[in-house]
Parts: sequence; C-alpha cells; structure tokens
Amino acid sequence: MRHRRTTSDTVFLVFVYAFLGALSLASLLPLMQAITISLSPPEVVNSYGFHLIPTRFDFAGFERVIHYDTIWTAYGNTIVRTLLGTAITLVMTFLGAYPLSKRTLPNRKLWTGIVVLTMFFSGGMIPAYLLIKNIGIMNSIWALVLPGAVSAFMLLIVRNFIMALPESLEESAKIDGANDIVILFRIVLPLSLPIIATVGLYAGVGHWNAWFDSMIYIQDERKQVLQMILRKILLEGQDVSAESGSGVHAQAVNSETVKMAALVVSVLPILFVYPFLQKYFVKGTLMGSVKG
Amino acid sequence: MNKRSLFKNYLTHKYFFVMLLPVLVYYAIFHYAPMYGVLIAFQDYQFLKGVWGSPWVGLDNFRDLFGGLYFGQVLRNTLLINFYKLIFGFTAPILLAVLINEVSVKWFKKSVQTISYLPHFLSWVVLAGMVIEFLSPSRGPINMLLTWLGADAVFFMSEPGWFRSILVSTDIWRNIGFSSIIYLAAIAGINPEMYEASEVDGISRIQKIWYVTIPSIAPVIVIMLILNSGSIINDDFEQVFNLLNAKVMDVGEVLSTYTYTEGLLKMNYSYAAAVGLFKNVVALVLVLSANYIASRFSDDTIF
Repeated sequence: MRHRRTTSDTVFLVFVYAFLGALSLASLLPLMQAITISLSPPEVVNSYGFHLIPTRFDFAGFERVIHYDTIWTAYGNTIVRTLLGTAITLVMTFLGAYPLSKRTLPNRKLWTGIVVLTMFFSGGMIPAYLLIKNIGIMNSIWALVLPGAVSAFMLLIVRNFIMALPESLEESAKIDGANDIVILFRIVLPLSLPIIATVGLYAGVGHWNAWFDSMIYIQDERKQVLQMILRKILLEGQDVSAESGSGVHAQAVNSETVKMAALVVSVLPILFVYPFLQKYFVKGTLMGSVKG
Repeated sequence: MNKRSLFKNYLTHKYFFVMLLPVLVYYAIFHYAPMYGVLIAFQDYQFLKGVWGSPWVGLDNFRDLFGGLYFGQVLRNTLLINFYKLIFGFTAPILLAVLINEVSVKWFKKSVQTISYLPHFLSWVVLAGMVIEFLSPSRGPINMLLTWLGADAVFFMSEPGWFRSILVSTDIWRNIGFSSIIYLAAIAGINPEMYEASEVDGISRIQKIWYVTIPSIAPVIVIMLILNSGSIINDDFEQVFNLLNAKVMDVGEVLSTYTYTEGLLKMNYSYAAAVGLFKNVVALVLVLSANYIASRFSDDTIF
C-alpha cells in the first residue's frame, strides 16, 4: 500500500527523472555526434557544427574508409585475435577453475594462493615487455593472446561458481559408474554455461578493444589490430589518403568525416551485439560480486 | 602427511593436476617471470646481457627517481587526478543506483540503465576520439553554446587548467552506469519491511534514502572502497595516454605514461622498472592497509 505523496516527494521525483534523463542524454550525445558527422558532407560539418540528426546524408566518408585496405586487414586481425584469445581464455580459465574447486586436490590452498597473489602484485610494464621480447613471441599474435589469457579474478569467480553446484549430482553420477572426464563433460560443463558465457563475453570485448599490446609488441603494420589503426587515424592524425594516393579525392572529403566514419565502423559490431549481451554482462558482474 | 602419501595423493588425483598444470605453467611464465624481472630496477640493465649479466647498481635508480625534478611532478599529477577520481568517481555510481531505485516506471528505468552502461563497452581509443570531437572549439555542443552566449570558445583539450577535470569527468562518463550495477544489486537485497516500517513512521523519500537505503548498502560501499584504495596510485593508462597531448603534459603525465615514455620509448629499462616497482609496492601497501583498517571496524573485508 502506497502512502500519499507529499509535495516535497513530488518535487524530488521530478528531479530524479529529470536528472536521469539528462544523464542518459549525456551518455549518448558524443556517440550520436560521431555518427552524425560520419554521415554528413564536410560543408555541413564545418558550417553548422553540432547537430543530432544529419541534415544531409553523404557516404563519402564511409567510402573512403571502405577503400582503405589497412582497416580491413586490421579488422581481420582483430576478429582472429578475438576468437583465438577468447577460446584460449575460456579453456585455460576452466582448466584452472575446475581442479581448484575440488576439495580433494592435493595442496589446493597452495595452488590457489599462487593464483591469488598475482592479483595484488605484478612486475609491471617493463619486465612484461622484456619477457615477451626474451621468449621470442614479439610481432606475433601470441604476444596478444597469451599474456592476459587467464585473469586470477575470473578464475576465482568460475571456481566459486563450480563450488556452488550441488555435490550430490557428481556423487550420483559416480555411483552410476561415470569417471571424472564424463562427469566434467556431461554434468559440470553444461551447468557452468552461464559463467562460461560471462567469461567469454568479458574476454571477447577485452580483445576487441585492446590496442596497447598491439602498439608495443607488433611492428608489422599488416599484423596490427583495428583499434591501433583507429588510433592512428583518430588521435595521431595520420592521413588515410596516404594509401589511396590521390590528392584530389583527399581534399574533397573533410578529414573529420573520415575520422568519425572509421570510428563508427570500428564500434558497429559492439553496437549491434550490445543490446543482446548487456543482460549477460550484468548477470556475470553480479555473480562475481556475491562472494569476495 | 609424509612425502610418500602426498605423492600417492597426486597420483590418485592425477587428472585434476594434469588439468591444472598448464594454468600453473602460464602463471609461472606470464606472471611470476615478470616479478623476477623486477630485479632490473636494481641494475643497470642491458638487453644483450640479460638479468644474469647486467651490473648491479643497488638503489641508484631509486635515488635518481626521488631526486629527479620531473618525477615529483608526475607523482603529484597521479595522486591529484586519482584523488579526484576517487572522490567523484566513487560516489557517482552510488548516487546513480540510489536515484534509479526511486524510479518506478519500468521502461524508463531500463533505458537509463542500458544507455548508461554503453560507454563502458567501448575502448578508450573510440571514447577519446568522441571526447575530442565533442569538446572541439568549433563543432562541439559545449563550445557552440558558449559562443552563442557570447563567450569565447574554450580549447578544452589543450588547456592545462581543464585537462584534469576532463580526465575525471570522462572517467565518470565511462564507468558510472556499469559500476552502479553492484549497488543496485545491494539495494535490491534490502528487506522491504524496512521501507514499510519507515512509511508507517511517515518519512519522506529523501529521508528513506538517507536512513534506510544508504545504511543498508554500507557494507558493499566499504568493500568497493577497499578494492578501489589502490587506485589512488594506479592510474588508468589507456585513458590518460589516449587523451594526453604535448600541451597538457605538465598537468597530465602520470606514473604509467611516464613509465611508458621512459622505458619503451627512451629504453631506460632499469629506471622505468624502478618507477613501476615503486607504483606497485605503494598500491599493494594501500590495499592491504585499507583492508586492515576495515577489519578493525567491521567484518566487511575482502580477505
């Protein structure tokens, strides 16, 4: 039963709705601006400045981006990296979490401790760089997918999740004559799907957005990832037309339009899958936060 | 347990251990080997000689560090920026969660959440590109408003006076929604009887937030504060590096970007490793002491 609202409550509620509405708008505005600029002809961009809905559509920016080979090579590299990296992360995280969830594992505390310690102390940027250099995986995709393959935090979350599964399930399977491998594939893995999805999503988005490792470990431009090429176009102000070479075309299209077109092209996959993935992320974040 | 039975124990559970082994090898190579690499902070590291062959110099790198003029400035920037981020960036998601909780219109609640989570899923490269465009002196909405009002346009990105505020506010912009999830979950766990009882007492909505909601989620706030305590010295490299430019170096360079320029661009490996080690040790001490202090006052600790 709701009590009657007082005037001050009403004023407060109006404030709440107005504030949250303004905040949502502020979250979206920069993205909307980027999309609008990417679709506008340069004259409009320069003379009107900020506007939410494109007044005139012009796909010249996207055309330029589409003909820029380096972006597509980088796109491919990012896709390969995301798939390979996510697969490695999933397999390794599970390989670590499953045994550590078993009370019967010898020296379980010691092994867990070794993993947990890495959450609180690390060598830092320079020793990590020298390590990659020394073990000879510089300039290869392995330098991008291996160093961050298993996060201690994720491993603990998966471990806690498996530990929370009812033990009786495994016991009854054992009585029915199933061995450890059968139990793992027929019982534990199917039940762990939600947490596996969560780890996969985090790893996937992480790989899609990563650029720093590509910047320091990859020298060959053909092996660079998408974010790195985008960084060059957006932030280092490199001219995309260097590739196509024709100065006439380069002057015809405002570079802001090209910049924003490249930006939009790189976020399109995330914008498309985001509405579907969002609820899994939310669930996963909560699963991880239940226990410290 | 003697050695024999431990060995036997491993033999009985060999499948578990075989599964665990690749992960342990991974940690040894990619996490523990770099910890060993920290030794170069006490050396004059030369790449060709390696950690084994490089000459030891004791604390020389640290003396250079603390004696250097530039390091003081970098440390000051790091602490200032992260202090502001901790004050505003930590409270903002709590405020957001509390306000979202007051909304009873379902579609509005959902839309606010969906939209506010979105920036968290984009990379700092993309976000920096959008921020720079958004704050542009000629095309950005803020500057258009300013010029419309008759004021001069502000060159936000290259103005040292604005740079730290930009770092703090874009950090909030990116994380406010996603960080609020955990507080929303905590609020959802509050016993409804508490609200009902307070309604019988006839308190207002604001009083309800102050006397019921906030105290109820205080344990979660404490845990999040402990987890965040190391962040006062652990800056967000991806954010700062993508927004930094030559004009705001003096106020914007932080420990991690400094490590990057000194170590990987100028190849002062040992000196940069010393910077990194200093940062990591301070962060570790901060987290451990925050946890210790919290344990003295309540049960809400992380370990």
